[in-house]
Amino acid sequence: MEKRIRILVAKPGLDGHDRGAKVVAQALRDAGMEVIYTGLHQTIDQITQTAIQEDVDVIGLSIMSGAHLPICEKLMREMRKNKIDDILVVVGGVIPKRDIPKLQEIGIKGIFPGGTPFDESTRWIKEHIKNR
Amino acid sequence: MGVAKYIKNEKDEVQDVILQSGLHIKPLYTQKDLEEIGFDPSKDLAPPGEYPFTRGIHLQGYRSREWTTRQYTGFGMPKETNERFKLMISHGQTGLNVAFDLPTQMGLDSDDPLAEGEVGRVGMAVDSLRDFEVAFQGIPLDRIGAGLTINAVASIMLAMFQATAEKFGFKKDRVSATPQNDILKEMIGRGAWIFPVKPAVRLIGDTIEYSMKELPRTNPVSVCGYHIRESGCSPVQEIAYAFQIANTYIDEVLKRGHHIDDFVRGFTFNLNVFGNLWEQVAKFRAARKLWAINLKERYGAKDNRSLLLRGIFGGGGYGMTKAQPENNIIRGAYYALAAALGGAQTTALCSFDEAYTIPTPRAALLSLRTFQILMEEIGMRDTVDPLAGSYFIETLTKQMEQKIVEEMKKIDEMGGMIKAVETGYVQKEVAKQAYEFEKGVQKGELIKVGVNKYTEGEEMEVELHEYRQESVQEQVQRLQGVKRERDNRKVVQLLKDLESAAKEEKNVMPYLLECCKAYATVGEMTKVFKEVYGEFKEPSIF
Repeated sequence: MEKRIRILVAKPGLDGHDRGAKVVAQALRDAGMEVIYTGLHQTIDQITQTAIQEDVDVIGLSIMSGAHLPICEKLMREMRKNKIDDILVVVGGVIPKRDIPKLQEIGIKGIFPGGTPFDESTRWIKEHIKNR
Repeated sequence: MGVAKYIKNEKDEVQDVILQSGLHIKPLYTQKDLEEIGFDPSKDLAPPGEYPFTRGIHLQGYRSREWTTRQYTGFGMPKETNERFKLMISHGQTGLNVAFDLPTQMGLDSDDPLAEGEVGRVGMAVDSLRDFEVAFQGIPLDRIGAGLTINAVASIMLAMFQATAEKFGFKKDRVSATPQNDILKEMIGRGAWIFPVKPAVRLIGDTIEYSMKELPRTNPVSVCGYHIRESGCSPVQEIAYAFQIANTYIDEVLKRGHHIDDFVRGFTFNLNVFGNLWEQVAKFRAARKLWAINLKERYGAKDNRSLLLRGIFGGGGYGMTKAQPENNIIRGAYYALAAALGGAQTTALCSFDEAYTIPTPRAALLSLRTFQILMEEIGMRDTVDPLAGSYFIETLTKQMEQKIVEEMKKIDEMGGMIKAVETGYVQKEVAKQAYEFEKGVQKGELIKVGVNKYTEGEEMEVELHEYRQESVQEQVQRLQGVKRERDNRKVVQLLKDLESAAKEEKNVMPYLLECCKAYATVGEMTKVFKEVYGEFKEPSIF
């Protein structure tokens, strides 16, 4: 049997709008993944540590406050420091189109602005895990 | 969203309509429907201004008083917010609705490492009284009421507001603040919580008790079904949960020995307007009636003024879409219509660009114009509760009423809202509903124009509000300046006094007021509370 994908759904920073994170967590679980949800108000350090402890394949960030660029930069830095930058990172939330290239430059491969169909994001994750 | 589900046959004829609250709509309503549901005009439809207030809380409706318009405003530093306040007032806005940035909402100062990247982003940054002095400079606080969208640290911000008003020479019995101050809904849906449930509720009790004596024109609590609905629940649950949250705060004050009629007039509600128009109008009418019954029968309120459900009906954020953003202007107009037909006292609308960004001035003004057109051009002031007596609306109002009562009962049986939140029951229910809803949209069962029907391919870009990194420096410098100039020894002593008051479970408001006046920071006061109360831990719901 194929190993189930383990994904950490994380809410970094101070923003508490977690409808999106919780909805996506349920969709990922229904798509056969093992989902670990961090809860709110997580620091990048906490997220990195949870990712290590839970030995996840993917980290999915949900960001609504507009602070996605600094948060993602910080996470990638922290992951390199902890030598876990092989973990796939995806981000969802309120992401203006013009920021997508900047996020890709930082190293975020999967970017799913609010309203992305569940099929599309789950398929993307499965394919990118397979290809690694 | 929350639009109804339409079941159609192969000829595209509508076979059934299912509202978000689960009610089925019939193709035709007659007198018979009213009889079947037990509609009794003498009980259900007293004149407006009379118990049970289904038809409104004022006899003359909008004839005697137009609604208050209160767009949610605040970004960047206090000076920018002050300029936007003045712009909106100059265009006819009649109240303020202050947005705070996330660090302020979470009780962190602008120089806190955890605040990095968030200072001034989604609202105004407030560290000390100095910031309020700038933000409210030149605002006639005796005429313009201020909604303060703050919860976990609402007690601090109310004290800050009083200190500001006093500093500007306004008498405390003349100024009117409406801090949101609803922490239970933060734990259910908006996430800006700090302290555990019980001390957090006690702080709300403190603000209510204090306002009763010291700030008589202040509405110390605005109970928010709004955000719970944004998080996924149905319109029925929105009202049921809001009422049970309100009951929790009432119980907190009652146990201190006060009488219901002495404080409950300070309660207001913040309710949502998106979704099926009829369902929203029926919801508001049913809610007004049930709140009056709740106060009278559950709490024995005697004063008629205690029974009035007052509030801000507006927003509609979840109904707005990122796709084809100009459609949100049209949606907003219908949502505002729902608020007007539902008898709102105060209103605000999410701006058309809000699915992307902090509203630009043009977008905020469009929302204001929407209200002005409704009230002054198309006839919303003409007569009170214009849909009363409609077979359909009265039947639906009764049905909503019954469902809200059922939902409230579930929470009662669980032992009340504190239990329901501590165990994660409500959070789980809301998350489940949100997921089902999203699946409905993605499958095309719930129509969202521009999203899953009548799509246009490439998304258009809207103008974005610019986040100014350099102004963060100004804010941090102002904070450092305040700390240099104030009497630090006095601040340390006042914070110690605050700590003792919190430990001894005294009402902390007078202590907070002294701290604010001495320019203690929001972060310093919050830290005292964190040490005494600890922090909330989210129940796991997956």
